[in-house]
Parts: sequence; structure tokens; C-alpha cells
Amino acid sequence: MIEIRFHGRGGQGAVTAAEILAKAAFEDGQYTQAFPFFGVERRGAPVMAFTRIDDKPIRRRFQVYSPEYVVVLDDGLANVVNLTSGLKDDGEIFINTTKETFDKPYKFHKIDATKTALDVIGVNVVNTIMLGFLSAKTGIISIDSLLKVIDETFKGKIAEKNIEATKLIYDKVKGN
Amino acid sequence: MVKKVISSAEAISEAVKLAKPDVIPVYPITPQTKISEKLAEYVANGELNAHYIKVESEHSAMSASIGASGTGVRVFTATSSQGLAYMHEVVYAAAGMRMPIVMANANRALSAPINIWNDQQDSIAERDAGWLQIYAETGQEALDTTLQAYKISENKDILLPTMVCIDGFILTHTVDVVEIPTQEQVDKFLPQYEPEHAFLDPKDPMSIGTLADTEYYMETRHDIEKAQQKALKVISDVDNEFKDQFGRGYGLIEEYKTEDAEIILVAMGSICGTIKDVIDTERSNGQKIGLLRVRVYRPLPIEAIKQALKTDAKIAILDKNVSFSIGGALYNEIKAIINNPTYGYIVGLGGRDITPEQIREIIEKTKNPTKDVEWIGLKE
Repeated sequence: MIEIRFHGRGGQGAVTAAEILAKAAFEDGQYTQAFPFFGVERRGAPVMAFTRIDDKPIRRRFQVYSPEYVVVLDDGLANVVNLTSGLKDDGEIFINTTKETFDKPYKFHKIDATKTALDVIGVNVVNTIMLGFLSAKTGIISIDSLLKVIDETFKGKIAEKNIEATKLIYDKVKGN
Repeated sequence: MVKKVISSAEAISEAVKLAKPDVIPVYPITPQTKISEKLAEYVANGELNAHYIKVESEHSAMSASIGASGTGVRVFTATSSQGLAYMHEVVYAAAGMRMPIVMANANRALSAPINIWNDQQDSIAERDAGWLQIYAETGQEALDTTLQAYKISENKDILLPTMVCIDGFILTHTVDVVEIPTQEQVDKFLPQYEPEHAFLDPKDPMSIGTLADTEYYMETRHDIEKAQQKALKVISDVDNEFKDQFGRGYGLIEEYKTEDAEIILVAMGSICGTIKDVIDTERSNGQKIGLLRVRVYRPLPIEAIKQALKTDAKIAILDKNVSFSIGGALYNEIKAIINNPTYGYIVGLGGRDITPEQIREIIEKTKNPTKDVEWIGLKE
């Protein structure tokens, strides 16, 4: 079983990202589960969401405490929450940042998703881009399934732009 | 048939759409709101042809449900916590007037202090209302149970409302893989409701829910008792029929690795998934642990539970509710019908996360018990 934790702020789409990841994994033929941290919803406040992926039905219903992967939509959260809390020793962090400060002991994968979001989508919403990054780096979901689910989740132009931005990052990482 | 990654709230909404109720009086409340929102969407976009009544309170939601059900049509409503508490007096009336209403309850703690998160105190507080109560473990079971509930409630020997209980947030807000049957399949399993008794027809006027004085009241309560007793077989029959058609059945209770178990945990709802994972881990370490999941809580399947616990095993009963001074409801009820050494554990109140560590702590405490009832997961 692979467990993923998303960090974001209310309104940045962390919960949506966790659900898109789950749906993409399902498209790939896996069993999945996704849920938000059950807290109080406030725009701008730190939020968490979780995804579990397995090749058999997932029965457990407690929060994710020791994820394999952590996805961070907003690097400012590093000052507010412990991003590496419970992260497995060989765990990896995927963070939207331009700062040099994030490094060992964990394996940080840094990307300027905000720039891509502003350039391609026109708004600073990076959740789908970060999933493209995760897909390219880990292969836990296929890019085809990811793009399909993004297309089903959003409508019209928003779907198109999210697909474009996600694919751009995926291809860039893959060197396509 | 299609498989989708959806929340249990959406799974129940899908079931309701397939059951085609005529009237849906509902008032939003967290964490149930996802159900009432989805149903409003279905009605608005024409996917569901029902009268959606935007009532001003839960008391009115249940009152309108009774009125609608009294005309002999299929009714659905949903609530949670304070909403269920607010409709309390009409919850009793719905059963007393023998209305086959189906209501989803997103299990949530009761105030005060205000808490929107999961436990099962709200529906446990309504256990004596005369409703059937079924607790689902998964989104799939929530969908399937909602379909089964209409068939059970509308059975002419039963005619009692059913509460489908799903853990708030843990189920309502968690997405996982759910198989949604086709309309054709559901129409075959659950044909249109044809009322035989107790409905309001202008051509054949009658009163229901009238005054019953000392000469009659006790018999009406005993009639509910008889219907509850009959419901055990009806629930089993409906579940078997469902299994024949859809390949999924759940039983009154579920026994998981209880056969040779030295300790059997007993619980209801979504926590049972976590317990099963812990049991598998513990068994790989040579610990003989099992689980008895009580799915149908009202009527309580006494004989099935007795049969399942006819062992020398110690019994650890987990309650997400508390009857202050004597432990949880499930603990007290099951302890009264078995002779095994039985211990009660209060867990997960107000959404306190129930972790594998807590389950293992319960197993350890049950090996060397010092108290009849303990609270697990309290802060130091």
C-alpha cells in the first residue's frame, strides 16, 4: 500500500488533488481511498488530504500517519506545519517552491509549479500540476489516467488548461 | 453496472436515485449535507423525478416525511447529530405510525461542546424509537443497504422505518471504489412501492396516528415489537435476495476469523475495516484475534450474536457512544445475552481517530483486564 499526504491551504485544491490521484489510480486498475483531514474548513488555513493506493481493497479507516510521499502545494506552510511528520525514512517530498532551503535528510523534489500555473492556467492553482510532477517522478499513476480524470473533474477551458499545464510539467520532467 | 470512486454520501445518493422516492423532505446538516446537495442536484437536472421539499428544520423534515409516507409513496430523508436530536419526537411517531421511511444518518457527536465529527451517540440515542438501524462499514455497503432498506421497511409484515447509519466524515467524506448497479437491475430488485396498509386515500378516508388510550396504546407498542422480531428474518431474506442478484451480501452480523479466536472484538460501522487489518497483522504474530461486526443493531440479532460468541473467547466490545456510568450501549446489550468474560471500551468520541495502536491496546487490556469499562485514546 502506498500512502500520500497533501499539504495545502484551504482553497488551493489539496482535497481535490487527493481525490484526482485516487481516481487516476483507479483508472490504472488499483484500489484507492482519499479523504481530507477532518478539521474545520477555512480559506487560507493549512489543510491536509490523504490518498491510499493498493492492489487489493483498502479496509483501514484511520488517518495517514506515515506516508511514502508528501505533496506540498504551498512552500510557506513549512513555517507553519511539520511537512516531514511521520514521513517514512525513504520517503519523498514533492514541493512547489523556488527556495533553496529544502534539502536533506529527506529527498526533496522541487518545482516551480506556481510559474507554470500562472503562465498556462492564468491562476495560481497548482494541484493538478503537482500531480503531473508526482506521476513523472514516481510512476504511481499513469499520465494518461491522470489527464483523463482531470478532464472529468473540471469543465471546458479550465479542464483544457489544467491538462495542458500538467502535461507540460510531466513532459519536462520526463525529458520528452 | 459501473464502478466509480465516490464518497459514501454520494453512494447513498446514487442508491436513493435508483430507489426513485417520490418525496424527499430534507434539511442540511454537516456531515450529511453532501447527501441532500447531491439529491437536490439530481432533482434539479431531472435525473430524479421527486418532490424535494426544502423544509425549515429537521423536525419538519421528519413531519413532512411522515405526511408524505402516509399518502402511500416512497420517501427518503437524511440527517445527522443535532438534526436527528431535533426530530426526536417525530422519529418515534414515524415508527408508531408504521411509515416505511428510509433515512440516512451521518453519525456525528452530540453537543455540548459543539463537535461536527464522528461518533455514534446520535443514532444510539434513538435506538428505542422503533426504527430498524443498520450500520454500514463501507461506501458499497451504504449504497447496497439503502436499496435493501426500502425492501425491508415496505414489507407488509414490517412497515417500520429504517435508519441507514454511516460514520460521518470517515465514510461520508472519504472516496473509494463503489459499484453502482443499473436502473434495470434495481427496478427488478425493488419494484415500485404498493402500499397495503396505513395510507391516506381521499376515496377511502382514514385517520392515522390518533389518540390511543389506555385500552389500546400498549397493543400498538407490542405490534412494533412483533414487527421488529419478524424483521430479523426479513432483513436476512432481503440480503440473500440482494446477494443472488448483485453478488454482495452482508448478513445480520459479520464474523471475521472468530472460529479459533481467544479474543473477539465486537464493533459497528467503519471502524471494523481498521480492526480487520489489525487482526491480520496480529494473526501473523500468532495472536488469535477475531471480530464480530454487528451490522443490524435494531432489531438486535440476539441468537446470531449468541451463536457467534459460543466460545471460551474473551469479548472486547468497542462503543463510539457512552451511557454514562455503565459503558457503551453495545457493551451493555451484548454482555446481557452472553456468558463470556466481557469488557467494554469507549473509543473515538467526537472524531478522535481510532488507530491500530488503540486497537492493540484494547487487545492487550482484554488479556489482563482490570476494569469492566475503559476509555481508550484519552490524552494523558
